Amino acid sequence: MMTQATSSQFWLTRPFGERATQTFLGVLFAALLLVTVLHLAVPQGHPLHVNAYTVNLFGKYLSYALLAVAVDLVWGYLGILSLGHGAFFAIGGYAMGMYLMRQIGDRGTYGHPVLPDFMVFLNWDSLPWYWHGFDMAWFAFAMVLLAPGLLALVFGFLAFRSRVTGVYLSIITQALTFALMLAFFRNEMGFGGNNGLTDFRELLGFNLRSDATRLGLFIATGVALALGYILCRAIVTSKLGRVCVATRDAEARTRFIGYRVERFQLFVFVVSAMLAGLAGALYVPQVGIINPSEFSPLFSIEIVLWVALGGRATLYGAVIGAILVNYAKTIFTGIMPDAWLFALGALFVLVTVLLPKGVAGLLGHLKRRKEDDHPPKEAAA
Amino acid sequence: MRRFLSLGLLCLMLLGTAVSAQAQSSSSTPDDQAALALLTALDVDSYRDKGEAIAAILQSDDERARDWLQALLDGRLQRTDDGRFVLVLENRGRDWPVADALTNEPLGEMSRRDLDRIGINNALRNQLRSAIAVVDLYSPNVERRRTSADRLLGEVDGELAETLAPVIADAEDEYVRTRLAQAVAIYRAEQGEMAGVEALTGSLHPRARVALGRAANSDDPIVADAAATALTGIEQQLKINRGLETLYFGLSLGSVLVLAAIGLAITFGVMGVINMAHGELMMLGAYTTWMMQQLLPGQPGLALILSIPAGFMVAALVGIAIERGVIQFLKGRPLETLLATFGISLILQQLVRTVISPLNRTVVTPEWMSGSLVINDALSLTLNRMFVLGFALVVFAALMLIMRRTRLGLEVRAVTQNRAMARSMGIRATRVDIMTFALGSGVAGLAGVALSQLTNVGPNLGQNYIIDSFMVVVFGGVGNLWGTLVAGLSLGVINQVLEPWAGAVLAKIIVLVFIILFIQKRPRGLFPQKGRAAEG
Repeated sequence: MMTQATSSQFWLTRPFGERATQTFLGVLFAALLLVTVLHLAVPQGHPLHVNAYTVNLFGKYLSYALLAVAVDLVWGYLGILSLGHGAFFAIGGYAMGMYLMRQIGDRGTYGHPVLPDFMVFLNWDSLPWYWHGFDMAWFAFAMVLLAPGLLALVFGFLAFRSRVTGVYLSIITQALTFALMLAFFRNEMGFGGNNGLTDFRELLGFNLRSDATRLGLFIATGVALALGYILCRAIVTSKLGRVCVATRDAEARTRFIGYRVERFQLFVFVVSAMLAGLAGALYVPQVGIINPSEFSPLFSIEIVLWVALGGRATLYGAVIGAILVNYAKTIFTGIMPDAWLFALGALFVLVTVLLPKGVAGLLGHLKRRKEDDHPPKEAAA
Repeated sequence: MRRFLSLGLLCLMLLGTAVSAQAQSSSSTPDDQAALALLTALDVDSYRDKGEAIAAILQSDDERARDWLQALLDGRLQRTDDGRFVLVLENRGRDWPVADALTNEPLGEMSRRDLDRIGINNALRNQLRSAIAVVDLYSPNVERRRTSADRLLGEVDGELAETLAPVIADAEDEYVRTRLAQAVAIYRAEQGEMAGVEALTGSLHPRARVALGRAANSDDPIVADAAATALTGIEQQLKINRGLETLYFGLSLGSVLVLAAIGLAITFGVMGVINMAHGELMMLGAYTTWMMQQLLPGQPGLALILSIPAGFMVAALVGIAIERGVIQFLKGRPLETLLATFGISLILQQLVRTVISPLNRTVVTPEWMSGSLVINDALSLTLNRMFVLGFALVVFAALMLIMRRTRLGLEVRAVTQNRAMARSMGIRATRVDIMTFALGSGVAGLAGVALSQLTNVGPNLGQNYIIDSFMVVVFGGVGNLWGTLVAGLSLGVINQVLEPWAGAVLAKIIVLVFIILFIQKRPRGLFPQKGRAAEG
């Protein structure tokens, strides 16, 4: 999978030299362009027309794909199976939700100029301290990255320092997101309790309910996915990435060679959490709500399934997996909602037992077979 | 005042006649005319007159008096259009089944429109309650005597106190005697009498506290002082009792955690396998109990006892199926095993939802397990929790025995410590894996059977316990049964201690955060494995 990247290149631009990255970016931008054209240029009622609902749905899938890339970064290249990435996703989403809440201003049901509706409902008379600043877009967008990053920093520092790894770490991350879910369900936390944050109106002045904004969000999510992908790719192809893979395969040996393993782990974990937060922030305006159910352990473990299905440690596999599973979910829950959990459960079992390398592994296998039949010319070089 | 005089009279008379009246069989009906007159006297508008009529009923030594008074209290004593009196047997719908108040013969159903209820007010209600309680004090049934003594606490007034004095002296039952003495003491304390205050010292009944509170405001400084001292003592006692209650609930919660976690500890400890479907195996155990009770209607106790082996078998068989079907293909890939078993847990949950119902099922608690063990007025321990606690300890002891004293246990320990070495010594590791997994799963089934007595049985039953059980295993130290026991019980107690001032949700969060921090200090749990096994 690793192409021979010349080490003289700048690390961030190095991924552009890779075939896999080029293909991925090509397909992604082609898809973005296609959907945009089919949405705008093809008249409504035409069979090829993509309506606003579908654009919105694709946008949602793309934000999930970015989340899956973040999980693949830590699981595929660092060997950390995080069952709590939903927490970072949700925190990023809440940061965005708080900004959107403040944008409502006095147009809420209760018409309070500052307080969101749920606070008026709870008879609060002033904004909690952590809500200050979220009326400014730059602050909120910074928080989208910083809040999950900070949580990951503290949590990761504690966990990696005492060398909690393997299934222990998985369970602890699950406990983390579970605890956060319980906390966010409480009204006293000041995040809207059960109902979460919703009833958003506009983002940076664009009406969230207009089709144009939806298309814009879809494209923005696609671009964010591309950037996130390039960043992750750059990290894993750098020297730091090599240390990560070494840690994944033999943590003790890497430590004995002299690397401070926990620092590498912490760095990558924090980057991954920030990407997850970004994905959450892009997700929230597209679905129009954020509530504590995003913290549920089930969601976090589903993300891992996307990655496993797509193929671990490939990054583009994570994107394929996220889109495939969520597309299947949309179809299934529409036709026969009862069967979805059966299908999901069966996917977990089948992927882990029969498809350990996921769809990407399958593709690679097919490609290799083809190459065996017709050996390409450059293979000799 | 008048009614109390009559009550007193009644008591004196009853003392003499109670036995003989009870001895007479109901076949003889002394003067129905007089009885009818007594009832007719109730059917007046003035509550004052009704009060006198009640007193008259009490004075008559009619053995049906208690039924009438009880029916009157419940609003079931009604008059028909043609002037007869009936007891409504069941209050439902339009037509009520009734019985003749005089002969007690069922009269079939009557329309509620043809019936006229004999109304009472609050004052009469109180009078009736005391009257029934006093009548009951002479009941041949000990239970009834005790309940009536309980009912008199705080209901006693001057006349009744005097009436009760000889009753207390004569009472055979220790419980009745102390209760009645307490009832009188409450009255005396409320009147500001020193004797009452002294008698109430150390009593934990809420009514006694109210009475002492009043006495503490008494004009007599000595009495007020004594009452205040007594109150402080009682508060102290109550605090201790509340502490004991918290401890009990904590241990009860802990025993559930131990039951849930101990099977997990075995499979995780031996095979390094995280079985995310462990909670669903518990759920299957709980559903087995429900199924057993459906198969044996009317015998919940027997069904529960039979579901102990049945729950074990069902969960163990499913466990073997999981091991053979999935886990054996994922040897040495613990994270993949985690995902695969999670998938199985989803399938099992959805299976139960589809096949049985997404709604909760109720499992009946057999009679010998319901109710509670009353230690004193402030502390009573529910029996079902006690049974579960005992059950958890028995299961724990049995597992200890299996691990320490049987060949299987020896092999399991060998495989845990060094799989390769154990295999070269001739232990069939694969067989040990299957047996261990079956054992761990079976214990999960047992946990489910026990849990069915404490909570609702539903498809989500297991999900709620999986994270907690892992916390227990991690906290206690993997592969150490004692660690699991200590960790489970202490986490249960910590949770219950935190709950009153932090709330249930926050307590849970605090415990989770505590464990996350604890792992920092001791990554291998409370009782870590030593030596090479720790490298796992």
